[in-house]
Amino acid sequence: MSPAGPAKPATASPLAGLRVVELGWAAAGPLVGTYLAAHGADVIHVESSTALDPFRSTYPPFKDNLPGPDRAAMFAFYNAGKRGVTLDLKQPVAVGLALRLVAAADVVIESFPAGTLSRRGLGVDVLHRTKPDLVILSSCNQGQTGPHAQHPGYGSQLTALAGFTQLLGDPARTPVILYGPYIDYIAVGYGVIAILAALERRARTGQGCVIDLSQYEAGLQFMAPALLEHDANGTIPTRAANRDRVAVPHGVYPASEADRWIALSVWDDAEWSSLCEALGDPEWARDPSLATAAGRRAREEWIDERISEWSRRQPRASAVTRLRSRGLRAAPVESVGELFGDAQLAERGAWRTARHPVIGEVRLMAPPFILSDSEQGPSRPGPLLGQHTQEVFRGIVGLDAAEYAALEAQGVFK
Amino acid sequence: MLDGLRVVELVGPDLWGAAAVAHCGRILADLGADVQKAEPPEGDPVRRVPPFLGERGHPDRGLLWIALNANKRSVLLEPGDTARRVALLRDADVVLQPSLIVDPASADVRLVVVTLTPYGSSGPLAQTPASDLEVTASSGSLWLAGEPGGAPVRTSLPQSPFWTGMYAAAGALLAIIARRASGHGQHVDVSGQQSMVTVHPPAAVFADVAHEEHMRLGPNLLGRSIVGARFRNIWPCADGHVSFAIQGGPIGRHTGRMLVAWIRERGAAAPRLGAIDWETFDNRTLSQADVDALEAEVGAFLGELTKRQFFDGVIARNMLGYPVADAADIYADEQLRARAFWQDVSIDGTTLSFPGGFALFDGERPTIRRAPPTLEGLLPWTPSGTVALRAR
Repeated sequence: MSPAGPAKPATASPLAGLRVVELGWAAAGPLVGTYLAAHGADVIHVESSTALDPFRSTYPPFKDNLPGPDRAAMFAFYNAGKRGVTLDLKQPVAVGLALRLVAAADVVIESFPAGTLSRRGLGVDVLHRTKPDLVILSSCNQGQTGPHAQHPGYGSQLTALAGFTQLLGDPARTPVILYGPYIDYIAVGYGVIAILAALERRARTGQGCVIDLSQYEAGLQFMAPALLEHDANGTIPTRAANRDRVAVPHGVYPASEADRWIALSVWDDAEWSSLCEALGDPEWARDPSLATAAGRRAREEWIDERISEWSRRQPRASAVTRLRSRGLRAAPVESVGELFGDAQLAERGAWRTARHPVIGEVRLMAPPFILSDSEQGPSRPGPLLGQHTQEVFRGIVGLDAAEYAALEAQGVFK
Repeated sequence: MLDGLRVVELVGPDLWGAAAVAHCGRILADLGADVQKAEPPEGDPVRRVPPFLGERGHPDRGLLWIALNANKRSVLLEPGDTARRVALLRDADVVLQPSLIVDPASADVRLVVVTLTPYGSSGPLAQTPASDLEVTASSGSLWLAGEPGGAPVRTSLPQSPFWTGMYAAAGALLAIIARRASGHGQHVDVSGQQSMVTVHPPAAVFADVAHEEHMRLGPNLLGRSIVGARFRNIWPCADGHVSFAIQGGPIGRHTGRMLVAWIRERGAAAPRLGAIDWETFDNRTLSQADVDALEAEVGAFLGELTKRQFFDGVIARNMLGYPVADAADIYADEQLRARAFWQDVSIDGTTLSFPGGFALFDGERPTIRRAPPTLEGLLPWTPSGTVALRAR
């Protein structure tokens, strides 16, 4: 497997030696840290048992369906590769300890509603004074400024505000949900990019950076063509089921097995000919009016019905193989459970297994890009509640045993 | 942020790959990198994708093209012109490519080679072509969208090139950071399929830990209940739809209390919602029958409101929920205006209001410094129909 050409020394993880302090919960903030941890950063997730992360308390699944902060699989997944500490930031002494931790860090990630950390004495100005070359990412629903800055929100609903939901489903019916907090993961990707770009600048100039990321604005990057279409042409883009503006036919067709589907798209007239061959050159497809995209567009629903008549007689796998063998774009619609057995994802090591001390064996998700010469995680699930409190506050902040015990007795590490 | 970083985008004949490469390049360009496209004589296939500015088909007026290629320069590069390609890459830090045009194993030792393909550049599907529909189908995310029992459906604006381009930008920056220590570049191999697997982690966690397969549920949510109940998240309202759900946790309980007060303010009745003790309310354990009964009252109330009334109401009460916005609603949003999100850019004589940069860095938003490059200067344009949209 070793590439030809000049020998390259094996590299450590790109972010080895980088320390990240993370204050936030659920998906949008913590998953940024997870990507950094997967590339070698020491990410310390700060939380409190007095106000649990909803991924520890509210969101199933739990081990054996019994709720409990260390039984919550969502938290374990979203915080893979991190160390975890508990600190009750409602106490001033805890805020002082948090600042001592920040002084030893390169990056701070926070994802509370705008203004939350300032009220605790951990505003961006304080963090910046504590360590001037810090890279600080504030990620929240609507950004740190503006009339809606304080508005709390969940990603599943912000996805609707950003226009995605409007574009999903049958045009004559209520839109369907875009699963999960879709927009949160867009904000995560841009959050990672923002931090990496700021670290690259810091390496060049020594400057820190304060990043204000509105999850709403990040999500709108993926909507840009639809927004520009409205601005340019006055139209309101809406959902179109599985229709495409170029490809025809373009759809999802039933296979012979129950609830198994085949995705297929035809991008030009040559591909249409290939499809006709793959379908066994049926009489209906010989109609010369179907040889052009405009002709197919005029009878798209009828063509979809004809393709479905064929597909209903085909097992999904053999239909996809047959279509692909003729160079067509076709794929099985895989359920999420099927992804664990997907040969292509397995080849790429997309799923990692790790042992969680309470939940047992869990799957973790690798980054969707492979770096040829760098190590990439994740290799361990998220921490138990307060698992690394003592090692972090003694090892990094420098408390001695007596100081630590006294603070613990005061309830600071709750 | 990335001043001095030199990026070259190679363009192939495939639309999906060209769009993914272009989005990655756009992100790096917005951050200040010098991004140079190398287009074949017929231009990037993204140029031919409708709709067009003013509904006038032209390779400089496609709105997907315009969205993905601001802040870049472009030169003509014949696909077979290896010598010129090598020359173009000589001073580059990063090359973005839709297939293994540049072999990472024999590339310059400092070059970061980023390859964006539907399934990844190795493995059983390495050579398999795909568009957004097939990439999404292979990732589980198509499976999760649609009506129960009906065919899975796709977002009408193709999303997978955006996701793949975004992750490619992250991978490219990690490789650039790694190069500071090692002195050498590396291959960043980005998969569209795997990029789309990242958009629904809760479904993967449920499948893995609870051995429970999440399904298409139309406008309803799964994953909030330990007894398998679903909660509606999209509702018809007086002039469209809104997103709202009965939720737990401190903010969800606050939202429930505020909803009851709002219903009463409007003189309506909601006996079941009104009887809830929100201090102890736990949405995780409600039966489906309980949820349905509560949702009947929620639906009756939301059906009377306009999107605007709902939005103003949730903002004023600090409740969870948002309208299902369309493009016009988004341009009208006062939050985006207050944050100076939009930027005017002149394209071929028309001023367009562009979505601004994705974040503020030290209080400043990255700007659009340069309109997308035109093809006209490079070669004469000949009109081309849909059939030629993707050069073979």
